[in-house]
Amino acid sequence: MKQKQSKGKTLVKIIGVVGLTLASALPVQAATAPKTMEEMWEIIQTQQRELEQLKAQQKNTEQKVEVTSEAVEQQAAQQAASGPSWADKTRLGGYGELHYNNLDSKNEIDFHRFVLFLGHEFSDRVRFFSELEVEHGGVESDGDPLAGEVELEQAYVEFDIAEQHTARAGLFLVPAGIINETHEPTTFYGVERNPVESNIIPTTWWEAGAGVSGEFAPGWGYSVDLTSGLETPTTGSNAYKIRNGRQKVSLAKANDSALTGRIKWTGLPGVELAATAQYQSDLTQGTGAAGTASSATLFETHAVLSRGPVGLRALYAAWNLDGTGPASGASPGRDEQFGWYIEPSYKLTSKLGLFARYNVWDNNAGSGSTADTENKQVDVGLNYWPHEDVVLKFDVQKQSGAANDDGFNLGVGYQF
Amino acid sequence: MIRMSRWFCVLLIWILIAPAVWARGVYQDPEDFISEVFSGKAPPPSLLQISEDEQKQIREILGHKLGAGRVRYWQHEDRTVWILEEIGKERPITVGLVVDKGKLELIKVLIFRESRGSEVRYPFFTDQFKGASLGEDGQLDRNIDGVSGATLSTRALTKLARLALYLHQQREQADVTGQTSPR
Repeated sequence: MKQKQSKGKTLVKIIGVVGLTLASALPVQAATAPKTMEEMWEIIQTQQRELEQLKAQQKNTEQKVEVTSEAVEQQAAQQAASGPSWADKTRLGGYGELHYNNLDSKNEIDFHRFVLFLGHEFSDRVRFFSELEVEHGGVESDGDPLAGEVELEQAYVEFDIAEQHTARAGLFLVPAGIINETHEPTTFYGVERNPVESNIIPTTWWEAGAGVSGEFAPGWGYSVDLTSGLETPTTGSNAYKIRNGRQKVSLAKANDSALTGRIKWTGLPGVELAATAQYQSDLTQGTGAAGTASSATLFETHAVLSRGPVGLRALYAAWNLDGTGPASGASPGRDEQFGWYIEPSYKLTSKLGLFARYNVWDNNAGSGSTADTENKQVDVGLNYWPHEDVVLKFDVQKQSGAANDDGFNLGVGYQF
Repeated sequence: MIRMSRWFCVLLIWILIAPAVWARGVYQDPEDFISEVFSGKAPPPSLLQISEDEQKQIREILGHKLGAGRVRYWQHEDRTVWILEEIGKERPITVGLVVDKGKLELIKVLIFRESRGSEVRYPFFTDQFKGASLGEDGQLDRNIDGVSGATLSTRALTKLARLALYLHQQREQADVTGQTSPR
């Protein structure tokens, strides 16, 4: 009899949620029928107590789970409140690009850039950022010199000084042009960086000093930097040529600093309009003969437009050099150096984009030049992104004017 | 160089005396955001348990697993609110998202900790997400134009928009199977 009642209770446990009446009725039917109403009542009472116990156990289990979850979340919150560890505050990144150039002037393959970023956050308002680059595969191998360089392109400390305003001091990229500051290979079309920014701005261009930057209205950004300046040669074919004036903050002469200001508008998605001006009191750092060199001024402006699959980049940059040296020196006409390009693009898919670019630049565009020194280059090609941080590139270039170097380029690049 | 040195001194003094009282990049407290969305009558939060299959799908969206095994959200009828985080370049961006009947009603940057790209907090950017829903391929049903110079922040917000829409879908299914729990 007891065994049969036990079976009945088990059955009741299984279907207890259906309801007390049903639960009590079924085991009675399964077992031998009680002899009296008192026995029936006792069975019902027993099963009722068991149901209450089960409910209490279930509630207790739920509470334990909840308490455990709370404890886990509190522990996570406490860890967050105690601050991140040194490793959490240190970031590593990088990018690289391998190029193959099949041009009239050369047929070569080159690991052009291998770059590592290292950043560290000292506190919520003070942080460090650096970029160390190995170009052209290095500087030496098995005792033989290689064609490359090891360069420190960025190493600065940044301080938040107000809600939307930041100061920085150290070695940093000059805020001029489109790709001088953002030049990871996945972010631009073409295997090589465009010749206008390379020869005129001159990208990649970094200096040491200090400055402030930030926003002064929604979509409006600014930066003002006082830094070391260029030191151009004063003799030879590269006299007063802007690109040859980069000192790369390597025992750089600091007689004449440079003041750079930029204003940028990004008030619409996919739109950037910006202008930069720089003034340097003596582009030769005092190395030129008296009266031959004087101040230099850069003006640069650009637009970046991106709407859906359609993209457009356009840039204009010009240097004006005072003094008699740039105008009439060994390579006359260097008193004015300018360039511009326009680059429409179209993304066929999110992974495949086509582009064309028309470039014009002239490092001897000033008054003293009599020859045709204007360079022109047309680029047409494609980018394929198998992953958003990896790109394969192909382009064909054709030069005209004073330049004559045609062919095609292949490249692979990445960033992380 | 004398002028440069003088300029350095001025900057240094500015840094030292600049008041350190503002909370950098905090545009709205998440609790205030939730309260505002529900006009001051925020419902108690619920929890969505994340299954292994859902973690796989979330990995497709974010490019990595979701750290937590469950996600807290707030719901009134078919409207849900999610407070989610994703790293842009280096630091997490905290974003509040409102989904109503499978469409994004609102996306708002609440806390921005990155040193670049904070322009993504402006309505001229976030308004692009209004009404967006998930396509069958798990992508948004529209193109989102990025803020120039804020590519990684744009990417992070787009991922969070997809994640909130996906979680909203999973919540609807979990309601049927009982995988959500009040908290």
